[in-house]
Amino acid sequence: MNIVVCLKQVPGTTEVRIDSQTNTLIREGIKNIVNPFDTYALEEGVRIKERYGGKVTTVSMGPPQAEEVLREAISVGADEAILLSDSAFAGADTLATAYTLARAISKLEQYDIIICGRQTIDGDTGQVGPELAEMLGIPFVAYVSKIEGIDNGYMRVQRMVEEGHEVIETPLPAVITVVKEINMPRLPSLRGLAKAKNAVIPVWAAQELGVDRNTVGLLGSATRVIKIFFPQRVHHGEILQGELDSQADSLVNKLRQARVI
Amino acid sequence: MEYFLTEQQKTIKALARRIAEERILPVRAELDEKEEFPWAIMKDLADADMFRVFIPEEYDGLGGGCLELCLVVEELSRVCSGVAISYAATALGCSSLLEYGNEEQKQKYLPDVASGKRLAAFALTESTAGSDASAIKTTASREKEGYVLNGTKQFITNGGEADIYTIIALTNPERGSRGASAFLVDKDTPGFSFGKKEKKMGIRASTTRELIFRNCLVPEENLIGKEGMGFIITMRVLDRSRPGIGAQAVGLAQGALEAAVDYARQRIQFGHPIYSLQAVQHMLAEMATQVEAARLLVYAAARTIDSGAKDFTEEAAMAKVFASDTAMRVTTDAVQIFGGVGYMRDYPVEKMMRDAKITQIYEGSNQVLRSTIALELRKRRARRE
Repeated sequence: MNIVVCLKQVPGTTEVRIDSQTNTLIREGIKNIVNPFDTYALEEGVRIKERYGGKVTTVSMGPPQAEEVLREAISVGADEAILLSDSAFAGADTLATAYTLARAISKLEQYDIIICGRQTIDGDTGQVGPELAEMLGIPFVAYVSKIEGIDNGYMRVQRMVEEGHEVIETPLPAVITVVKEINMPRLPSLRGLAKAKNAVIPVWAAQELGVDRNTVGLLGSATRVIKIFFPQRVHHGEILQGELDSQADSLVNKLRQARVI
Repeated sequence: MEYFLTEQQKTIKALARRIAEERILPVRAELDEKEEFPWAIMKDLADADMFRVFIPEEYDGLGGGCLELCLVVEELSRVCSGVAISYAATALGCSSLLEYGNEEQKQKYLPDVASGKRLAAFALTESTAGSDASAIKTTASREKEGYVLNGTKQFITNGGEADIYTIIALTNPERGSRGASAFLVDKDTPGFSFGKKEKKMGIRASTTRELIFRNCLVPEENLIGKEGMGFIITMRVLDRSRPGIGAQAVGLAQGALEAAVDYARQRIQFGHPIYSLQAVQHMLAEMATQVEAARLLVYAAARTIDSGAKDFTEEAAMAKVFASDTAMRVTTDAVQIFGGVGYMRDYPVEKMMRDAKITQIYEGSNQVLRSTIALELRKRRARRE
């Protein structure tokens, strides 16, 4: 079983600051982490390998320092890692990102299951997984919470939907995105850390992928960020005072006025 | 403070801290309350290769020594010394095997310890033999098929949870301590059973049980070293393990110190954080200085052992005595700084104070160890060293 896990390095904070000139995140001074949802994807990939054999290849697109997340992946059980890094990839939206990932994955000898986190905590769109499946022309299942089994070229998964779970069987190869309910990611091992430290991580640039520079990064993006702003926080809360009875009456009146009741 | 740790030692320490904070911290109060053996955490430690730390590379270990073990124990104890001692007891349980075992014994047992598949335990203490270890009554009589063990061991850490036991028993009762021998006994050996699980003041996540031997036949190949070496092996094992207890005490004290500093900074009395009171500042400064001194003594003793020194009885005893007395004092002062809430189970320092007490008692009580230090001191003076 050849498993590919896509990882993204994201700022490890919820208090992001935006550069008003470039409309991008200010990353200086913020510790980078593996996108938390991707850690579940990686853990599931390693578990599939442990259960069915095979290998886990991790792929990340990002600046040179994104290599850190790939080393971290090796410390918890990934076998190989590839960094997609080129100045031409910078400023990519989800479409250009998915395209770059798809080209890289197509170059791999074989792939059976591609796993992504449900979304990133910085972009939050959840689009790269499905776009990747579309570009590779293979099936896609979102929000997978359990892999029931893999047999004879098919994989049975449970996916979370609002009303509960759906069980879906998909032919392989396929792309899935996973939710945090699927597992508890393991901690690194000392041997894994030693392996990660010594691992050689190849860097694939636009040339290695054989892509036209107009199809990747900012040039290959279908969307443009025009403006980024913090939504104004408007507090409409009101605290009712007085005796309990009068508070209740006043609440009922207000709800009636608002046509809630 | 610069501790001059290697990259590998720093990695071990950092990973042990991560395990402690991510896996132990969320459950420590519950483990203490329920007196529950931390199997899930033992698995986490095994998966993280922590049991490989003290095993040589040829038996699937990472080839570390006493210092590496101390670093893990210290970091785990900073969060919960009950969990830490459950881990450390396995190292103690195979210490005699590591130093005195033969190749077949090592090949048979050590890889399973390294992978964390099997935990170990060391059993010396009996109801009549505590500080006076020579008063043990458990016998191992030589029969045609091997040795037959009879007797009861008391207060055995990891008792009932471990799969591999090092048992000290008399092969020649007439010769007293010179008639003791060390044996490896598997958990499922017929005639080997477990008595009651003790209810303890502290380190309640760890298991302490009686081991009962009733005509328990142990094959000859499970004898460690030679007949009559049991007592020498025991003394050596305990000398080696004492810095580990020191590390447990240092970790405990460090955890209590950090909790006290955090609390003093946020507790407001008389309109200011109590950290601004000189009385509190001096207590914290004293605690911090003591912890640092204890840590350095423990690391130095561990390094002395790892350097291949022939004799390290004195250094190991000093590290254990000083660190455990420090842990008792620092955890007590931490409760004092917390005041009333420190006495409540909602805050971690009362547990740390309960946990600290045992470090002054086991692996040689601090009184006995002071006699040991004094004896070594006199010997050294007589040799004019």
